[in-house]
Amino acid sequence: MVSSFSQQRWKTKHQPARADAFALERFTMQRISVALLAILLISLSSCGGQSNPSLTPSPSPKTPKEGGTLLIFAAASLTESFQEIGKAFTKANPGVEVTFNFAGANQLAQQITQGAPADIFASANQKQMNVVIESGQVVSGTAKVFAHNRLIIVTSKNNPLVSKDLKGLAKPGTKVVLGAKEVPFGQYALDFLAKAAKDKQFGKPYEAAVLKNVVSYENTVKGALTKVMLGEADAGIVYASDLTPEATAKVEKIAIPTSLNVIATYPIAVLKGSQQTESAQRFVDFVLSPEGQAILTKYGFAAK
Amino acid sequence: MQTTLPQQIVPRLALWQKHGSTLTLIVLALPMLCFVFLPLLALLLRASSTMLLKNLGNSAVGQAVGLSLLTTFITTLLALLFGTPLAYLLARRRFCGHTLVDTLLDLPMVLPPAVAGIALLMAFGRRGLLGPYLTYAGLEIAFSQAAVVMAQLFVAAPFYVKSATMGFAQVNREIEQAAALDGATPWRIFRLITLPLAGPALFGGAVMTWARALGEFGATIIFAGNFPGRTQTMPLAIYIGFELELNVALTLAVILLGFSFGVLGVVKGVLRREFVEL
Repeated sequence: MVSSFSQQRWKTKHQPARADAFALERFTMQRISVALLAILLISLSSCGGQSNPSLTPSPSPKTPKEGGTLLIFAAASLTESFQEIGKAFTKANPGVEVTFNFAGANQLAQQITQGAPADIFASANQKQMNVVIESGQVVSGTAKVFAHNRLIIVTSKNNPLVSKDLKGLAKPGTKVVLGAKEVPFGQYALDFLAKAAKDKQFGKPYEAAVLKNVVSYENTVKGALTKVMLGEADAGIVYASDLTPEATAKVEKIAIPTSLNVIATYPIAVLKGSQQTESAQRFVDFVLSPEGQAILTKYGFAAK
Repeated sequence: MQTTLPQQIVPRLALWQKHGSTLTLIVLALPMLCFVFLPLLALLLRASSTMLLKNLGNSAVGQAVGLSLLTTFITTLLALLFGTPLAYLLARRRFCGHTLVDTLLDLPMVLPPAVAGIALLMAFGRRGLLGPYLTYAGLEIAFSQAAVVMAQLFVAAPFYVKSATMGFAQVNREIEQAAALDGATPWRIFRLITLPLAGPALFGGAVMTWARALGEFGATIIFAGNFPGRTQTMPLAIYIGFELELNVALTLAVILLGFSFGVLGVVKGVLRREFVEL
């Protein structure tokens, strides 16, 4: 019988298993692979089910252990002052350790909303604190303003090209570094320029000229300051508190008149996910206390 | 009396002997595979198509993508141009200091990118080693697009040079010698014999360079700064945007993921078809 081509193909495809010496093994291997794949997919889908955007870490049922380590997320501009506050706090409260994570407040806020295990958040503006409050990580109304900061213009030393007043920022060819608008100190700088635009002395051309001179929108205030200190940038707008003794030695500063300056408010709050709420609250109280406020003033902040 | 195993067990024993090691390997390899696969999957799950479509029109996204593509293309080209002679030298000539040069070329790959950025600033910045000369020549490199390319080149070129060196080293000298005997000039030998034979390694190295340049962040943000449209590459935009603009950051992340996967997939396919299996 002459079978058609397709009939022959069917026959070769569907040979009885016993004619093939390795059929059993192949069959079993396929079964195992399918089983492994199924396990993989099931475990993945159960993980995938948790990709809820408003994920809030559930508070641990165990009682918070006192005398542990506090993890404090603080804006980069608080680096020096908070490190000293941390030392003073641990001296006054033996048994409690403090560790810090300094970064742009916007980045910290994102990390907290994504579930980072911080105990305290100290932000450089109310906006980032609101982000954290809206995500439910902070009990509404518990955030307190603990310091104020002002902006100041820094210019690189030994640079004859940069004039020593505010208008110098607008001079063509001046390399200015600001903060990215997503970062508090960047937004504050833009607010200052907007205020200057409304001022008769400076006006909109000033704002436009300064923005034209910007060479980089930095993501941390320390980064912006470093570039001016290195002389790579001619001028930058940073916080008054950033003028530590070493920084003051390496840059020139130009004050911004109060009418144009922006007051940065720094709120602090204990986070809901904290395992050490009592210690955390004690730290916040310490920051708000006269001793904490004295340290902040020492580093150039204005008291609450 | 000889005991024989029951009929059913014999095939299963043979099965285990044949495939037991593979099964064990699979089980041991799964954790690593899952670990790499899961974050990528999580990224894709988090980005919905509506969000992607909405943000693709965002100017920041378009600028970052365009800038990344342009700079990485230039970087790869420069790596090919300037890296090939160096690779040939390392592969074909023995000289004192050979190991030193070899090790030096490893450094940009192992250095933290931030260190690379600082180093570039110290060398080519306005107040850097070459600063005064560059300023005299009217060149301001830091904070420019050239700085982006230089940062990428610094961290990514060694990948190409390493791969090309190995490629040139494994070309059969006898073929080249035969061609020389037949009267081919060194340049002809290089162009028609060495280069094609080393092709897979060169191509693979170039792809690695491109991929590394695409993901470069630390050196770029320090040396070139962050300026949307001018120096803000995709990784920078993702990092800075990682806040209120989380959706923009996610969109860029997915685009970056798609690009990398697409290009690497195509390249691997091409390599498999055109050349000998790498």
